Amino acid sequence: MDLKSMKNYLYWLYCQFELITCSYLMEPWEKLLFYTFNITMLITVLYTAYIFVPVHISTAFQFFLHLFGNQHEKTVSVVK
Amino acid sequence: MANPSAVCNGHLHHHHQKQNNLLKSGIYKKNGITKGIKKNGISNGTLYKKKFVEHFEQAPMYVAVFTFLGFGVGTIFGYLRDFMRAWGLEKRNIATEREQQKDFVPLYQDFENFYTRNLYMRIRDNWNRPICSVPGPQFDLMERVTDDYNWTFRFTGRIIKNVINMGSYNYLGFAETDVNALKTVTIELQKYGTGICSTRQEMGTLDKHVELEKLVAKFLGVEDAMVFGMGFATNSMNIPALVGKGCLILSDELNHTSLVLGARLSGATIRIFKHNNIQSLEKLLRDAIIYGQPRSRRAWRKIIILVEGIYSMEGSIVRLPEIVSLKKKYKAYLYLDEAHSIGAVGATGRGVVEYFGMSPDDVDVLMGTFTKSFGAAGGYIAGKKDLVDYLRTHSHSAVYATSMCPPVAEQIIRAMKCVMGLDGTTQGLQRVRQLGKNTRYFRRRLHEMGFIIYGNDDSPVVPLLLYMPGKIGAFARRMLEKNIGVVVVGFPATPITESRARFCVSASHTREMLDTVLNALDELGDFLHLKYSRYSKSSHPELYEETRLELED
Repeated sequence: MDLKSMKNYLYWLYCQFELITCSYLMEPWEKLLFYTFNITMLITVLYTAYIFVPVHISTAFQFFLHLFGNQHEKTVSVVK
Repeated sequence: MANPSAVCNGHLHHHHQKQNNLLKSGIYKKNGITKGIKKNGISNGTLYKKKFVEHFEQAPMYVAVFTFLGFGVGTIFGYLRDFMRAWGLEKRNIATEREQQKDFVPLYQDFENFYTRNLYMRIRDNWNRPICSVPGPQFDLMERVTDDYNWTFRFTGRIIKNVINMGSYNYLGFAETDVNALKTVTIELQKYGTGICSTRQEMGTLDKHVELEKLVAKFLGVEDAMVFGMGFATNSMNIPALVGKGCLILSDELNHTSLVLGARLSGATIRIFKHNNIQSLEKLLRDAIIYGQPRSRRAWRKIIILVEGIYSMEGSIVRLPEIVSLKKKYKAYLYLDEAHSIGAVGATGRGVVEYFGMSPDDVDVLMGTFTKSFGAAGGYIAGKKDLVDYLRTHSHSAVYATSMCPPVAEQIIRAMKCVMGLDGTTQGLQRVRQLGKNTRYFRRRLHEMGFIIYGNDDSPVVPLLLYMPGKIGAFARRMLEKNIGVVVVGFPATPITESRARFCVSASHTREMLDTVLNALDELGDFLHLKYSRYSKSSHPELYEETRLELED
């Protein structure tokens, strides 16, 4: 039962996306083009996030730790 | 509620005390206190005798963002398609310049044509739908399909029966085919035929026209009236006869095209004031009187204010008492176009003048059409006898246009007699009351459901805001699947971000029909996520305080 209502909800969300971006009005080949472009952009953004975000976060963590002084020398060694 | 209107000879009495009497006894404040009758003036000291509530709620910000996003995507794809058409990758289906004219100034590159080609064509199947029955509360629709995405249509031959009609301006339900009702019309048709073959000033004035004009004058409570064959032409052909160069026209922002065309044709100077905004109008009037004409600083020959009774795209009612007091103070003339309000508002259907309890002498030129509430075609201009006599000789419509044909004139005569009660029944008054009840019920339910509705609580025109271009097509198509015919409007008739669906409530809609429509709207509102209102009333009126006033934007 939960699966069915979940599916209905997802279908409704998809319909909302279609209406808001006017892809409801597009011909099939236009829709293909539009969705391909969107999905490609989404994958690119996610891949970039996957590669770069952990490095950025660890760098920022180190920076802030350095900023708050060298008091806790022992705990610094947690980060390599 | 006590019967507020004493109808004698189809008239409300216009004596001031009696007027106060009749209206006061009918209009109660919401918490049950009735206003006492005072001899010398209005008891609460303001111009409005009953509450004037109008709603123009703004949608949440994300709606505007999504609307622009939708239009942005549509525009990008529009450019893509135009590019493909220009380079021959796609067939050109609409008008383009000929090969020999390629070096001339381009004809089809402006925004309107771009919009038509790329956005309007995609949802074109929701407009110009041919119907094949009388446009009463229900009608029959010819089914049509398209094979190439709305560039061409073909009829399948099937007829969709009994589609509920929420789009026709059939306010009092006089668009009917009942044989008994149309008896006099049939007789006149057999007596006069259908053609007039002449203009008013040549051989085209029949005794039917004289009878009709006398009846219209009596209905409105004025000295004289003149009828014309077409409502649009009444405005556009008569305003040039009334004003000319050296006159000033102050016209509302949202006036109908016929008024705008008439104003432009007249050659007078036109200044626009904000919609229904009295401060803006007063400022313009003061500037006009202080500074006079632009370069010569002479006084204006005439200052005329053009307003409408009910604005058909907004559903708002004009603020007539304030405008009349302004016009008296600054000595301007008032032209009131009651196309949608005659027959539809007022205790006995006599329009906004009666709705506000004013006398028709306050308005200089009363104009209206017979297309909406009387189930016929044509328009009238009414007022003082001097005015109408002048128009009979000087109006373009009178001199050059064919006059109204006799069966149509007879239909108006019988409808007007019905509304006035002169045919011996109370059917007319019942229709007016039924329209009022239907309007209030429909609007109340829509507000409760949480839709954004524009306009005054008493106007039978109900615009429901849709905002996003994708939803316009989806809404109209799904309503047709549920057997309900609606009119959706987008740019250019409305501002580009405020597309809407416009419902016209009719006296001939039964409660069941309205409930069907409301249930369908409820379902569709949830599916399409249209319930943007942040002020939706709960369905328990006791918990909701009744003195809240909507502030208009």
